[in-house]
Amino acid sequence: MSDRAGTGESPLVLEHEDRPELRHHFADVVQQRNAASLGMWWFLGTEIMFFGGMFCGYLIYRRAYFPEFAAGSISLNLLAGTLNTAVLICSSLTVALAVRASQLGKRKQLVNLLLATIFFGVCFLVVKGFEWRKEYTEHHIPTFYFDTQDMAQKSPNLHIDPQHAKIFFSLYFALTGVHALHMIVGIGIFSVITFMAWRGRFTPEYHTPVEIAGLYWHFVDIVWIYLFPLLYLIDRRPGA
Amino acid sequence: MAEHMEHVEHSEHIGSSGFYWLIWAILIAATFLTAWIATIDLGAINTVVALIIATCKASIVVLFFMHVKYTSEKMTKAVLIAAVFWLILMLVLSLADYSTRYAG
Repeated sequence: MSDRAGTGESPLVLEHEDRPELRHHFADVVQQRNAASLGMWWFLGTEIMFFGGMFCGYLIYRRAYFPEFAAGSISLNLLAGTLNTAVLICSSLTVALAVRASQLGKRKQLVNLLLATIFFGVCFLVVKGFEWRKEYTEHHIPTFYFDTQDMAQKSPNLHIDPQHAKIFFSLYFALTGVHALHMIVGIGIFSVITFMAWRGRFTPEYHTPVEIAGLYWHFVDIVWIYLFPLLYLIDRRPGA
Repeated sequence: MAEHMEHVEHSEHIGSSGFYWLIWAILIAATFLTAWIATIDLGAINTVVALIIATCKASIVVLFFMHVKYTSEKMTKAVLIAAVFWLILMLVLSLADYSTRYAG
C-alpha cells in the first residue's frame, strides 16, 4: 500500500480528495469501516467478560442455593419478563432495518427506525421500572427490610433461607441493573445517532456510526436473551 | 427479492427487509416457546432446553442482525470466537471447581 501512497496520481490519493468522510490514515472506506467495526467487536469482547463474571457468580450460587433461587424466580413476573424480551427483539429488528436504511441512503426511513428503537428501549425500561417497584413493595430488595414470607407462602414445598434468597436478589438487581444501565447508555447513543441522521450526516458511503451503534444494541439484546431464562425461568414447573 | 441484490459499493452485505422480519418472527416465536416449555415438567432437562433456546436465539442475532455471517473480515470472527472461548473457559473451570469441592 505504501508504495502507491507516495505518488500524487495514485487512485488512493484521489479517493481521499473525493471523500471528506475518509480519514487520511485509512487506505479506503472499506478499511476504515472494518477498523471501526473491529474496534466495537473488541469492546463487546470485554463486555462478554464483564457480564460473564456475574453470570459465573450466578451459576455457582444457583447450584449451591437452588431452592431459594427457584422461589425467587417464581416471585418474578413471568408475563413482564416475556413481554420485555419480545420488546427488545422488536428493537433489534428496527436496528437491523435502520442499518439497512442507512446502507441504502433512505434518510427519512432511517430516522423513523432509530426513533422506533429508542421507543422500544424506553418501553423496556418502563416495564423494568414497574417490576422493580413491585419488588420494592414486596420487600425483595436486599436491605434491612428484606423479607421472604410471601416467597415461602408461594412456594410451600421449598425451604427458604432468607440469607440465601438475599443472594438471589442481589444477583438479580446487579444483573438487571447493569443491563438497564447499558440500555440507558444505548438510548443515549441512539439519540445522538438519530440527530446525526436527521441532519443528513449518513450516506451509503458513510454510515459507520449507525452500524457500530447497532452492534452495541444487539449485544445488549443478547445479554437479555440469556438473563430472561436464567432469572425468570429457573423453575416454573407446576407444583414446584 | 430484487432488493437482495442491491450493492451500494465494495460488496457490503445488505439484507432484504423481508429476511429481517423473518428473523424477527423466529426470535419472537422462540421467546414464547421457551416461556411455555418452562411450565412443562421435564425434570432436569428444563434448564438445558432453556439454555439451548437462548443460545440459538443469540446465535441468530449474531449471525444475521450483527452480519457476522456475511462479514469478509476474518478478524471479527476471530475476536468473537476468542471472547466466547474465554467465557466458556471461565464458566467451565469455575463450575468444575465448585462442583467437586464439597464432594462427600
